[in-house]
Amino acid sequence: MEVILFAVFASIAVVSSVLVVTRRNPVIAALCLILNFGSLAGMYLLLSAQFIAVVQIIVYAGAIMVLFLFVLMLLRPDMERSFFRHDPLFKWAAIIVSVFTFLLLVYAIILTTFNAPILANHAKTIEIGTVEAIGKELFSNFLLPFEAIGFVLLSATVGAMLLSKKKLD
Amino acid sequence: MIESYIPIFLVFGFAILFSLAVVFSSSLFGPQRPNAEKMTTYESGVKPIGLANERVSVKYYLVAMLFIIFDLEVIFVYPWAVKFKSLYAQQGIQVFWAMIVFLTVFEVGFLYAFKKGGFKWD
Amino acid sequence: MEMKDLFYAMPLLIVGGGILLILLIDMFFKGGKKIIPALTFFILLGTAYYSLFTINQLPIGLMPVSEFGLFYGMLSFGGKAHLFYFLFNFGSAIAVLIANDYLKKIETEYSEYYILLLSSVLGMMLIAGSRNLVMIFIGLEQMSISFYALAGYRRKNILSNEAALKYFLLGSFATGFLIYGMAFIFGTAQSMMLIDIFSQTSVLVKNPLFMIGILLFLIGFTFKIAAVPFHMWAPDVYEGSPTSVTALMATVGKAAAFSAILLIFVSVAKMGPNSVFSSMFSVVAVLSMLYGSIAAIAQKDIKRMLAYSSIAHAGYMTIGLAAVNPSGIAGIIFYLVAYTFMNLGAFGIIALLESKEGKFLSIEDYKGLGTRQPFLAASLAIIMFALSGIPPFAGFFGKYYIFLAAIQSGDTWLALVGVLSSVISVYFYLRVVVYMYFSKSDDESAILEISQTGLLAVIASLVLVIAFGLAPGSLIRLISGLI
Repeated sequence: MEVILFAVFASIAVVSSVLVVTRRNPVIAALCLILNFGSLAGMYLLLSAQFIAVVQIIVYAGAIMVLFLFVLMLLRPDMERSFFRHDPLFKWAAIIVSVFTFLLLVYAIILTTFNAPILANHAKTIEIGTVEAIGKELFSNFLLPFEAIGFVLLSATVGAMLLSKKKLD
Repeated sequence: MIESYIPIFLVFGFAILFSLAVVFSSSLFGPQRPNAEKMTTYESGVKPIGLANERVSVKYYLVAMLFIIFDLEVIFVYPWAVKFKSLYAQQGIQVFWAMIVFLTVFEVGFLYAFKKGGFKWD
Repeated sequence: MEMKDLFYAMPLLIVGGGILLILLIDMFFKGGKKIIPALTFFILLGTAYYSLFTINQLPIGLMPVSEFGLFYGMLSFGGKAHLFYFLFNFGSAIAVLIANDYLKKIETEYSEYYILLLSSVLGMMLIAGSRNLVMIFIGLEQMSISFYALAGYRRKNILSNEAALKYFLLGSFATGFLIYGMAFIFGTAQSMMLIDIFSQTSVLVKNPLFMIGILLFLIGFTFKIAAVPFHMWAPDVYEGSPTSVTALMATVGKAAAFSAILLIFVSVAKMGPNSVFSSMFSVVAVLSMLYGSIAAIAQKDIKRMLAYSSIAHAGYMTIGLAAVNPSGIAGIIFYLVAYTFMNLGAFGIIALLESKEGKFLSIEDYKGLGTRQPFLAASLAIIMFALSGIPPFAGFFGKYYIFLAAIQSGDTWLALVGVLSSVISVYFYLRVVVYMYFSKSDDESAILEISQTGLLAVIASLVLVIAFGLAPGSLIRLISGLI
C-alpha cells in the first residue's frame, strides 16, 4: 500500500517538476509547481510527518504560490523571454549546477546506511510528526528559535512595507 | 497508519475527478463550430489591445507578502492552540508565556502594517 | 527554561525589546520620531557595554562557559560570543551616528531604517551566540532580510534598487547552499547541536557526506564575507546602497559572517592543518587578496574601491582560517575589530562629504580636500594608512597577527602573498591621500555643513584605530584569553 502510494506521489512529483522547467509560459510552470508541492505533501505524509504535510499545503501551495504568481505579473514576460534567448551562458550554468546538485543527492543516497532501528520502531516513529510532538519540541528545545522567528517575520514585514509602500508616514 | 488517511485521499481523488469532469464535459458534449471572430478574446465588445499579462501594480505584491508573513505566524500558533492542555500538563506555564511573547511580536508587526496603511489601497 | 536564562540573555532581550519599543513609538507618538535615532544609539551602546563587562564573568556556581548553554543549550553566554556582541553593537552604534544626518541629507527619513538596523544587529547576535545550526540559519536570515531591505532604502534611486535586488537574489542563492550543507551535516551527525557535531568530528571526517556538508556551509558563508570566487555582488551592492548602510554591512555584517565560520571552525580544526579545508581556505585567501587589490586600482568610485579593498581584507582574514591554529583565530578577531573601525571611519567620512546628487563619490572629487577640510582630510589619510597596513595603526597589527599565525603553521608562502598584496594595495589607498594633498581642486564650491554626529562617529573610529595600533597588546590578550 505505502509502496504504491509512494510510487504515485513520486512520479507526479518528478513529472510536474520537469514540467516546471520546460513550460514556456511562467504561469503554467507555477501551476505545475503547485502540483509538485502537493505530491511532496503526500510524501511527507508517508514519512509520518503529518504536521509538515499540512504546512506544506497551507504555506507552500497556498501562500507562497500566491506570491509567485503576483511576482510573475510584476515582471514583463516578453522581456524575460528575450533575456534568456540572448544569454545561453545562463542556461548552461543552470544546467551544470542542477546536474551537480542531482549527482550530490544520488551520491548521498548511495552512501547513506539507513538507520534500521529507527525504522523498526514503527509505533514511535508515527508519534514524531504529530502536532503534539511538534508543539512539545517547539516550546522546549526550540523555544529560542521559535521566538527568533517572530522577529525574522517582523523584520520581513517592515522590509516589505519599506520597499513597496508608496506613502510611508 | 497510512490506512487512516484513505478518506482524505478519496476526497482528493473525487475533487480531482469532479473538476476534470466539469472542465472537459462541456467540450465533450457541446457543439463546436468555431470561427475567427468567435475565437478572439472577449473584452466587453471592445477590440482587445496588447497582451493579457500586463505588469500589475506593486501593491499586489505587498498584499501577498503580508499574507504570507501572517500565514506563517499562524502556522506556529496551530500546535499551541490544538494541544494546549497536554502541552501545559507536560511543560507548565512556560508554554503560555512563550506564546504570549511570540504573539506580542506578531501583534506589533500587525499593528505596524495596519497603522502605516499596509492594508489600504491608496 | 529558567528565569536565569532570561537574565543571561540580556543583550538579546534589550535589542529585541528595543525593536518593539521603537516600532510602538513610531506608530503612536508622532512627536516621538525625533528621539528614535538617539534611542537606537543608546540601546546599542548600552548593549555593547553590558556585553563587554560580562565577557569574563562566569555565572556563579554554574558550569564553565564552554559547556554552558542558555535556552536548552541553544545560546552561549560570555566569552567569544560577548566579544562579538560588543563589536556588533558598538559598530552599529557608530553606524547610527553616521546615518542620523546622512538620512536628512538624502531626504529620505523613515524610522524603518533604525528598526531594520536593530533587527540586523539582533540577527548578528543570534549568529555569534548560537550553539545550534538552526540558530545560525535563523540569525543569518534575520540579518540578511534586514540588509536586503536596507540596501534598497533609497527607494527612488535606481542604483539602490539594483543593489537591493542583486543582494537579495545572490544572497538567497548562497543561503540555499548553506541549508543544503546543514542538511548534510545534520544527516551525518544526527544532531543539530554544535557540541554533538564537534564531539563526533573525528569519526565523521571519514564520511564524505559530512565533508560535503561542511564545504557547502563554508561556501554559503564565503559568499557572505565576499571572498573570491563568491565576491561578485560586493562592488555593486556597496556602491548602490546608501553610504550609511554600506558602512554597516561592510563592517559588522562581515564580522557576523566570520563569527559563524569560526563557530563551525572547531570541526575544521580537528581535521588538522593538512585537511582539504585548509587548502581551500588558502586558495580563497590568495585569490581574494590579489583580485581585490588589483581590481581596486582600476576603480574611479571610492565606494567601489573600498568594496574591492574589503574583498582583499576578507582574503587576509581567510589566511587566519587556513593557518588552522588558535593564534590564527585570535588574529582574525583582532583583524575584524580593526577592520570594522577602519571602514566605519572611511565610510563615515564619505557619508559626511557626500551630497544628495552623489558628489564626493568619485575619487577625483577628493582633490584638494586637504586645504578645504583639513580635519576630515587628515582623518581620511590616517584611515587610508591604516587600511593599507602602515604602522602604527590598527590595520598593521591585524595583518601582523594573521601573518604570524600563518608562519607558525608553516604557511610562510601565504604570508608572503599577503605582504605582496598589501604592497599592491598601498597604491590605491595612497592615491586618495595624494589627491587630497597634492592636487588642486577643480571645484571650489563650498561643502555642505558637516554634521556633528557624523563627526563624532569619525572621531570615535579614528581614536579606536589609533589606540589599537598603539596598544594592540591589551586587545590581543583579551581575545587570546577567550579562545
